[in-house]
Amino acid sequence: MAPLISIKNLYFSYGEQLVLENINLDVNRGDFLAILGPNGSGKTTLIKLILGLLKPQKGEIRLFGQPSATFKERWRIGYVPQRAIARVDPVFPVSVAEVVSFGLLPKKSFPRFMKASDWEAVRRALRQVEMEAYERRKLSQLSGGQQQRVFIARAIVAQPEVLILDEPTTGVDVTTQERFYDLLGLLNQKGLTIIIVTHDIGIVNKHVKQVACLNRRLVYHGTHEEFCSSPRLKEYVGEHHLVVHRH
Amino acid sequence: MFWDFWQYNFFLRALVAGFFLAVAAAILGLYLILRKDAMLGHGLTHIAFAGVAVALFFDVVPFPVALLAAGLAAFFILKIREKAGLYGDTAVAIFSSLGMAVGIILASVAKDFNVNLLSFLFGNILAIRDIELYGAVFLAFGVIGALIFFYHELIYVTFDEESARAAGLAVDRLDALLALLTAITVVIGMKIVGLLLVSALLVIPGAAALQLAGSFKKCTLLAVVLGAVSVVGGLNLAIILNWPASGAIVVTSGGIFLLVAALKRLRSA
Repeated sequence: MAPLISIKNLYFSYGEQLVLENINLDVNRGDFLAILGPNGSGKTTLIKLILGLLKPQKGEIRLFGQPSATFKERWRIGYVPQRAIARVDPVFPVSVAEVVSFGLLPKKSFPRFMKASDWEAVRRALRQVEMEAYERRKLSQLSGGQQQRVFIARAIVAQPEVLILDEPTTGVDVTTQERFYDLLGLLNQKGLTIIIVTHDIGIVNKHVKQVACLNRRLVYHGTHEEFCSSPRLKEYVGEHHLVVHRH
Repeated sequence: MFWDFWQYNFFLRALVAGFFLAVAAAILGLYLILRKDAMLGHGLTHIAFAGVAVALFFDVVPFPVALLAAGLAAFFILKIREKAGLYGDTAVAIFSSLGMAVGIILASVAKDFNVNLLSFLFGNILAIRDIELYGAVFLAFGVIGALIFFYHELIYVTFDEESARAAGLAVDRLDALLALLTAITVVIGMKIVGLLLVSALLVIPGAAALQLAGSFKKCTLLAVVLGAVSVVGGLNLAIILNWPASGAIVVTSGGIFLLVAALKRLRSA
């Protein structure tokens, strides 16, 4: 079966600064891939290239077998952006249900009016992230962890096949992070392919199946088990992160 | 005696034109405020002022020229922000200053149309003619219709532009649509409340509604109601106190904002 996301010989630079060099990476159905790397290693840039927010200067990205530039069914990829919680404007009068409903828009054709079945889909997505009771609440009145769940609901409401999260636990306390990763593990078990960009090596312990280490180039790509037993692990993540056994 | 005015055609025309302007401006203003772009409307009034001055200078009908000038300026403001990497309000400030400068120079060169130009600055809703009424209502319908048809997309882009773009929504086109609708609303408003005050109707009802509402839908409905009440209340206040209608409308709108802000404080106390 063809990979859902296929990246070949990808290069990208901001001006003179080369950020990504000769990246080759496939993501297959059912994968739970963590992209690890230090600050400025090109993780977010890679995600933006996959999402079509940036254009590759060299190389190719194929999504579901189609070239990224002409790929139209964007709803097949759910996305939770970096610092999503920090960007929530406390003045913005938007309810939890309204935020989740945004995720349905790419799947609809003009005029994109909401039907009763759409609101049912919104409730289903909220139920999946255990936030159904908060449907009518103003988003900014929720805690960081609850907001993060709402953003996940927005990303999965259109029933995408891939979910991409860019540093989703920034600003969320440790207990909430644990619950959050458990939720991602559950979604992956149900068949959702997940790509998570993180500094947090701890998530590798939990549910991740594949690991990619990025530092301008792809310095490692393999399974969780290989990653944990690799003699070069220290190089990838630093000595203080070496306890990476799955519980 | 006061109710007698409700039987006069000029008063009813003013109510209808003002009502539609208020509805269009209130909905549009909410998006502008939340995009931290509340000054866009104010900036475009200055450009429309230059458009009116050019039209009067060449002795042609002011509305199409003002609409063209404001529409083009809205487009260039977006482009300058995108290409030159300026903050939004800087591009607005550049264009609005230039617009006002052109208007002042033309007014000075052709001294005989100063009075006419002033009527566009301060508006005269009670002297609105049938053709202006129909034009205003038609354009306001267009603005309201566009805002209804693109309601969800516009909220998404306003709330989280990056995610909306990643989802494949045509964010640049939606930005251009919002700027164009603002230009149209400014031009409708220039005869009704005047260029100097139209930005008040774009900002104040939305700002008041934001104090209370917990969802975008409720906020939009509340902004519309507050905008409409501002126009109807302001026109009646103008008749009772013999005030200029445009000033009375904006003062009423400001009064409503203060009341709503006080209500919010009471609720949270």
